[in-house]
Amino acid sequence: MDSRAYILEAIAKNQPSSNPLPDISSIAVVDYDVVEKFKTILEGIGGQAIEIQNLDEVVSYVKSYFNEGQRIISTLPELASVAEIGWQNQDPHTLENVELNILRAQFGVAENAALWLTEAQLGQRVAPFITQNLAVVIDKNNLVATMHHAYDRIANAEYGFGLYLAGPSKTADIEQSLVLGAHGSRTMTVFLLS
Amino acid sequence: MNVALFIPCYVDQFYPQVAIATLELLEKYGCDVHFPKNQTCCGQPMANSGFEHLTHGCNELFVENFTGFDYIVCPSGSCTLHIKEHLGDPAITRKCYELTEFLTDVLVVDDLKVKFPYKVGLHQSCHGQRGLKLAQMSELNAPPFSKVERLLNQVEGLELVNLDRKDECCGFGGTFCVAEEALSVRMGQDRLQDHLKNGTQVLTAADMSCLMHMEGIIRREKLPIKVMHLAEILNGSTVEELAV
Amino acid sequence: MKNGRDARTTLMNHAELAENFIKDGERTTWHDETLWFVRKKRDLAAFQLPEWEALREAASQIKHNGLSNMHDYLVAFEEKATANGIKIHWAMDALEHNQIVHSILKENSIAEIIKSKSMLTEECHLNEYLIEHGVDVVDTDLGERIVQLREEKPSHIVLPAIHLKKEDVGETFHKYLGTEKGNKDPQYLTEAARQHLREKFVSRKAALTGVNFAVAETGEFVVCTNEGNADMGAHLADVHIACMGFEKIIPERKHLGVFLRLLARSATGQPITTYSSHFKKPRPGQQMHIVIVDNGRSQQLGREDFRNSLKCIRCGACMNTCPVYRRSGGHSYHSAVAGPIGSILAPNLDMRKNADLPFASTLCGSCSNVCPVKIDIHEQLYKWRQVLVKEGHVPFGKKVAMQAMTFTLSHPGVFKTAGKVGRSMMGLAPFTVSNGLNPWYKQREMPAPPKESFREWFSKNRNGQ
Repeated sequence: MDSRAYILEAIAKNQPSSNPLPDISSIAVVDYDVVEKFKTILEGIGGQAIEIQNLDEVVSYVKSYFNEGQRIISTLPELASVAEIGWQNQDPHTLENVELNILRAQFGVAENAALWLTEAQLGQRVAPFITQNLAVVIDKNNLVATMHHAYDRIANAEYGFGLYLAGPSKTADIEQSLVLGAHGSRTMTVFLLS
Repeated sequence: MNVALFIPCYVDQFYPQVAIATLELLEKYGCDVHFPKNQTCCGQPMANSGFEHLTHGCNELFVENFTGFDYIVCPSGSCTLHIKEHLGDPAITRKCYELTEFLTDVLVVDDLKVKFPYKVGLHQSCHGQRGLKLAQMSELNAPPFSKVERLLNQVEGLELVNLDRKDECCGFGGTFCVAEEALSVRMGQDRLQDHLKNGTQVLTAADMSCLMHMEGIIRREKLPIKVMHLAEILNGSTVEELAV
Repeated sequence: MKNGRDARTTLMNHAELAENFIKDGERTTWHDETLWFVRKKRDLAAFQLPEWEALREAASQIKHNGLSNMHDYLVAFEEKATANGIKIHWAMDALEHNQIVHSILKENSIAEIIKSKSMLTEECHLNEYLIEHGVDVVDTDLGERIVQLREEKPSHIVLPAIHLKKEDVGETFHKYLGTEKGNKDPQYLTEAARQHLREKFVSRKAALTGVNFAVAETGEFVVCTNEGNADMGAHLADVHIACMGFEKIIPERKHLGVFLRLLARSATGQPITTYSSHFKKPRPGQQMHIVIVDNGRSQQLGREDFRNSLKCIRCGACMNTCPVYRRSGGHSYHSAVAGPIGSILAPNLDMRKNADLPFASTLCGSCSNVCPVKIDIHEQLYKWRQVLVKEGHVPFGKKVAMQAMTFTLSHPGVFKTAGKVGRSMMGLAPFTVSNGLNPWYKQREMPAPPKESFREWFSKNRNGQ
């Protein structure tokens, strides 16, 4: 008998009697404004929230904080003046020298400041991780309150890879001292677009 | 009402004053209190050591001794919990109450006329708190309540101390206290440091086992804390009456 | 000390290892306070959600439904994942798991891999197996890399290096990564690790990850990290191998909402980990494999009293709250998974070796009440004690003592006499109990024997009603 058959048979024999799945449709308690909550939580997890009216402000931001020698990429065509646009099909290893990556999220979650992006928004799977600095644009009216609302939004969407991204990478593995910038991006800026 | 006293074996042998205080307290509130002479033990030390299968004799003796009363009251959360969970005789177990909950839930005592002008550190014995729900536990996101504090708050002059860790285990744990002696003592020492740091003059609890363990450390290390079981405080015993 | 335990300590039990740990009183205080602080962070996070207890209940029920339909969910998961281009493997035990991982690497001529956190691979001793077979393994979670360089085992499932101080890490990195001698600044050390591991991410062709949740409905699996190391590995590698115990299955995608809300809050007090990566299809051109492992889990599933331990989502909250774990450290449990949950999982794997673990507890119940999936941990600890005694894994002396105790406590006459004799002895000849052979007496005074027992007082004062 092969391992698969052995394991499945053992499980079938040993599993307990079933109970129905609980109804989680109204489990969330939301008593906050989603935008304010998102901003507060983001700041608490080491991210930065910047409210903008249009994408030109992102262009200005890039010009202020980054210089010409630094490699900047984006998936937003509106940022072509300051960022490389057509890198999505390159070998992911070539992104090793990216200083700033600017993406756009499908939606964000207020309770934990997480942003949801799939491959279409990521450009490449490694893109938000390999960059030294990360910025993500999100429409203010694309914020939902909790993870339950988030999965309602996602529903049964098809994707090869999807990511909740909450703040810069971090670790507290050295005597519980929080350090931002472990292996993923060192910083995380969220542009909240009105 | 007919109340049978269920006195933990070590209280009977080493802390009779706790049993006496329990008895007097119940009598004050109109109970007709009996003490079944042939009671021995609830069987917890054996069961917790993995020898539950040897406790039939103990259980039978318990049922024999405690049949025929309206209530069975015990000044120990862990013994009461053990009986309720493991005796297996619902006719008996539904009559079992730990002393604190009996006072608040059945006798509904709200007029304790006693004075105890001291800073009292309350140790929340684990089985009573998490098992019998004598007070809310710090782990749960749930409304606070405490049957024990409801009684202590009626005592004139008594000041309840605010501890750093309100409900951490003292480390007694039955045979754990000798099987893992180093850990057990370290846990007890840490509890006592919390009490000392926050000003406890008198340490109390609803379980004498926890107190016996911590008192052992107090006396060895000559710490400036007195130990009294809750029943003694509620019954109006004074600090001067303490043997130590 | 190699491995966190050397050959000598592998034979030691929890009580002995704990006693050693406690000898350094200051370090014990530091370890205890550090982990208590993590418990407090969990409390803060949990108390911000009014629906916290409802979430725990829902999670528990979802996991129960998962366990009770495990066969069909696994078949569905396999079908969906396979249709998505993922290759599924099945391993009956640790050895087969290791062999499968190794064979995938061999087929692809890969001899160097990077790994992110997977307690399952610790349980299977995968690193040792691969190294023996000529594969170089680099753990990329910072805590795990630290203990790997020190040739120790992780002491906590979420915070692998919690037993180490900054100085210890500074020394290790100076030795292996060439950092400045004596520099123990966490920022500086983390930066050094970032550079050192980045080189590995970019150059290695195979990445191995764990699995936090596997969704039966869609065939996708989720990996949660704060560091981003699992993704840095997986998205650059030609071969991604994900290892999971079969109990990681959850029924539907939307259930991830419940678990992702509970996991990080329970583990560290964060609302969510930085990255929650949902892997559904391999990257174009990449091979993606999932190894589904039994290794005693189907047996545990059949144990009515213990099957709920399989609901565990590996958050570590039980360890942070456990007063015993905090004062004895993960290594005293001599097991891949330590603490309260480890003590109810390990006996299933090896009863003889782990017979001490269910007794390393006062049954205080704190663990069960922080567990996000409401595993009745302290009740299972009690039940394991009964099983271990029945199976004969308890010292003979203890058995004899218990039988004597049973006799005494079932016979009132004997009990009364024994009590009276005991008290008299203690009063007349205290040295008979207050001596070095009595473990109680080592650091505590014995209770002072009163002149009469309660029953004697009652007889005199209440006419023996």
